[in-house]
Parts: sequence; C-alpha cells; structure tokens
Amino acid sequence: MTNIHSTAAQMSDALSAGSITSVELTEQHLDQIHKVDSQVHAFLHVDRENALAQAREVDAQRKSGQKLSLLAGVPLALKDVLAQKGVPTTCGSKMLEGWRPPYDSTVVSKLKEAGVVILGKTNMDEFAMGSSTENSAYGPTHNPWDLTRIPGGSGGGSAAALASFEAPLAIGTDTGGSIRQPGAVTGTVGVKPTYGAVSRYGLVAFSSSLDQAGPCARTVLDTALLHEVIAGYDQMDSTSINAPVPQVVAAAKKLDVKGLKIGVVKELSGEGYQEGVLQRFNEAVDALVQAGAEIVEVSCPNFEYALAAYYLIAPSEASSNLARFDSMRYGLRVGDDGKASAEEVMNLTRHEGFGAEVKRRIILGTYALSSGYYDAYYGSAQKVRTLLIRDYQAAFAKADVLVSPTCPTTAFKLGENVDNPVAMYLNDIATIPVNMAGIGAMSLPCGLAPEDGLPVGFQIMSPAMKDDLMYQVGGALEAALINKWGKTLLSDIPVLEGK
Amino acid sequence: MAGISRDEVAHLARLARIEMSDSELDHLATQLDSILIAVASVQEVAQADVAPTSHPLPLTNVTREDVVRPSLTSDEALSGAPAQVEDRFKVPQILGEE
Repeated sequence: MTNIHSTAAQMSDALSAGSITSVELTEQHLDQIHKVDSQVHAFLHVDRENALAQAREVDAQRKSGQKLSLLAGVPLALKDVLAQKGVPTTCGSKMLEGWRPPYDSTVVSKLKEAGVVILGKTNMDEFAMGSSTENSAYGPTHNPWDLTRIPGGSGGGSAAALASFEAPLAIGTDTGGSIRQPGAVTGTVGVKPTYGAVSRYGLVAFSSSLDQAGPCARTVLDTALLHEVIAGYDQMDSTSINAPVPQVVAAAKKLDVKGLKIGVVKELSGEGYQEGVLQRFNEAVDALVQAGAEIVEVSCPNFEYALAAYYLIAPSEASSNLARFDSMRYGLRVGDDGKASAEEVMNLTRHEGFGAEVKRRIILGTYALSSGYYDAYYGSAQKVRTLLIRDYQAAFAKADVLVSPTCPTTAFKLGENVDNPVAMYLNDIATIPVNMAGIGAMSLPCGLAPEDGLPVGFQIMSPAMKDDLMYQVGGALEAALINKWGKTLLSDIPVLEGK
Repeated sequence: MAGISRDEVAHLARLARIEMSDSELDHLATQLDSILIAVASVQEVAQADVAPTSHPLPLTNVTREDVVRPSLTSDEALSGAPAQVEDRFKVPQILGEE
C-alpha cells in the first residue's frame, strides 16, 4: 500500500500500476504538511492549488495513455532559493517577501516537464547563508528527530520535509554543504552534483563559483532518479557543463563495490569529531570492506585551510551578487518618501531587508575584496583553492571515491551557536573542500550516534563528472547497512502527532 | 594583519550601501575581528608560485548566437517593481533636485 512513508520509486511504480493517483498521493502529502508542519516549519509556502492542478494534469495524461517520466505525479518540496513563476520566492529573506518571479528556473522547468508535483517552497537560511536555518527571516525549521534541534542548513526545510514525510523528494542547493549537512543531521540523502551539472539559471546566487543545486530524498535510488530529471546542459547558464549526464540511476542500482578503491581522508576525522560520529563512520567503512571494496588512506594536507578560504571566497562573491538587491526593480523598498535619494533608499532598504548573517558576510566580503586587503585575503584564498584541487587530484589518483563523516557532530540545539559565527562555520569543515574543487559528493545516513541517538551522515566524494561513482558506492552502502540493521534508519524517527 | 576597527566597519557598510546603527557596528567589529583571525591562516600556504583559482571550470568567453527570441513582456518585467510609471521602473532621485 503506497503511502507517505513509501519511497519515490515505490510511488512511481504504484502510479504506473494505477493503484494510486497523483491527486491522492499529493493530498496525502498535503494532509501530512497540514498535520505536522506547525511543529517542523519546513515550508515557507504551501502551494496547494498548483500542486493539485499539476497532479490532476499528470493523472489525465496517464489516463490518456501518454508516456510519462518515471517521477511524473510524485510530489516534491522545493527550496525557496529557486525561482518558480508566479509562486513566492523569498530566499528566507525579508528582502524578497511577496516577490513572485516572472519566470521559472531551469530546475523548475525540468521538474514541470517531468510531471513532478511541486508542493511548495521550503525554509532556508537567508540567501543560503548558514548551517541551521536559524538565519531564516521567517523563523527556524525544527529537526523532526528532536524538535529542539537544528535541521541543518541552509537547506534545513528540504531535509526536514523529507524526514517528516511531508515529501518524498526535495531540491536543495549546496554552496558549502547546504544539501549534505542537512541530509546528515536529518538521516536523509542529499547530493551535491559536480559543479555545472545542474543549471544555475533561476537559482538566486549566493556564491556563483560554488553554488550548485542538487537532489534530496530518503534513499539513494530516489536521489538518483531526481538527479537525472534536473541535470543536463543549459544554454541559459554559461557555467553549465556540455556533456552527457552520468548514468546515476544505473549506478545506484548496481549494489556492487567489489574492487573499488575507497579513500578515507585522514584530515577529515579525529580531533573535533564527535565520538559516536566516528564510530558509525568507521562501521560504515567496515561494511564497504565486507562488500568487497578496498580501503586506502589518503592525505589532503591543505584541507585544514579550506574553511578559512571558503569564508573569504563565498562572502566576497556574495558581497557582489547581493548588490542586486538595491530596491530599484523588485523586492523591498524602504524610505522612499519622495525626498530621499536613491542611495539613501538603498541604504535603508538593505538595513531592513537583510538579516545579521547576510550583513556580516557582505561586510566581510567587501573587506576581503577592498584595495590593500585583496591580495592578503581574497587572493590568498584563491591560491588555497588551487591547493585543494591538487590535493583532490593526488587523492583520486589513489582512490575511486573519497569518504569522510559529513559533519563533525550530530544536530546541535537550536540557539546554541547563533551568536558564535566561527563555531557555526566549523559545521561545514568536511563539506566545503568539495565545493571549492567543484567535484560532486553525497551524504547518506550511516546510523545513529550512540551518545545522543541522532543521525550521522556518511560523505562520498567523487571526481568531477563522475557522479555515478558516488551513487554506486552510496547505493551499495545503503543496502549493506539496511541489511545489517534489518530496517531503514528513518523507521526509528519519532512519530509526529501534530498539534 | 591588524584587527578591524569600528570606523573601518562603518566605511565598509557605506561601501556596501547598508545603513547600520552604532550598536550594529560595535557588534560587527568584534565579530569580524574573530572571523578575520580565523581566516588569516590562508596566508600561511598562499605561496607566490601557486596560481589562483577563481572558478572550478576552465571556461572562457562562453557565447551564444545573438538571435531574437521571446522574452518577458514589460508587464512581467515590472511585476515586482516597488514603483512604476508609464511602463518604466520608478526610482528615487539619483541627482539632487537643484
């Protein structure tokens, strides 16, 4: 019986078999959102009307015998950083409150073409800057495993929607870990594809050389199915890769890692990592050995500088990208009394429209790019980026994929790091090198930490344009772990009863 | 690298076109100080012989055919405008009145 706990692949099968309609499936999910989202707050906007209209259309097409894509009629939660025509798109900011984009992002166009039903827009740290969704101007999202804890960020809404069975599929974006870290702390799967694999057209830019949209789901196969829907060359994004999309669905189904070399990154474990995180990570590595993979230890000595370089490069690019929020053509405008100058209105609008973290990063980026400091900060950070790429090249010469814990700890408490940016930034220590080098990586659950009973994420990194490799290893590891546990990780999540 | 002063933060805020209260400036100066200490380590390994990387893909001058194609109507383009007049964006004064 298909229900909200089914996988997207099962839903797809049931839809094809005619045992459920997309309208029924969509209503089940809208009901679940209605029931539990007052506790979780994964959604900023639930688009009931459009979702049901989309579902009705898919059902009609199916009835008429039209050939449909695999995910046609399956519901999805969309991170509120992607433009969807006519639907509020806020990026978690007051700056864009009430803005309805006049066009679809390429990701949304592709989802619509595939008949995927978009349930609504999910909560996020403002302009994707954060690791906890506490920087959302509309209040934080709560982790469904423990409502007093963070769901990760910036895509905490998308991950929490999956873990609370509000949607079987979600879209995230990942600039320094914003897909993978929320996946890790909610016990779900998230993939940051190779940079350029998924079009950035209509993705509100935070840091253009790092931003990448990607698929999120509760299983590796579902993630792969969604990956193939959204990936591909797009003329509207000049940094889009013009090459065939790797066969990630086939890779996820292989369930075979015999002979593959798995590199354990020495620098991404040990000091600073929670004991239970390391324990579950090591058990997962053992499971891969049992499945026939070969483990090699690799060293990436420059990774210790990745976080520092990231917190110069990303704010620098953000300070430039967010200059577009100038109150002239769209978004918030404050203080336009007929006497104030454009510049004064701009100053006031940006004062009111941006939250503390966004301001902090804009100022930091402005500093790093300013004359006299450029070479020491931004210039040095760009050199570190080169060193990180060299580290990866050397590591991938020894191993097919690299692995690490996704995050140093399990989900922390809401409020715990709100006013300590440096501590907050440390969450991304294992995810950031991936974005800096432009390669792909996945996080999938590898157990609950014994000390707190919270999910631990396992990160698999693959070379650029070889995203199929992480799916192959991820699919095999997931199968091995479920076999070992006798159940899925999410079957242990507390049931939300609604308020 | 010396710490960042409150006056410097005020200057940066002006450059970034963000009005800031005195308390915001004080708070931010302290926080930026600790962030800059944390990120200064990039200078340890940024040797002169290392080429900078600005982008993960080695792309230059990506162009396409310059052809006319459908675009937003002016109504669509103006749909999010804070103020408009006669099919145009209406903005506050840019030059003085005099």
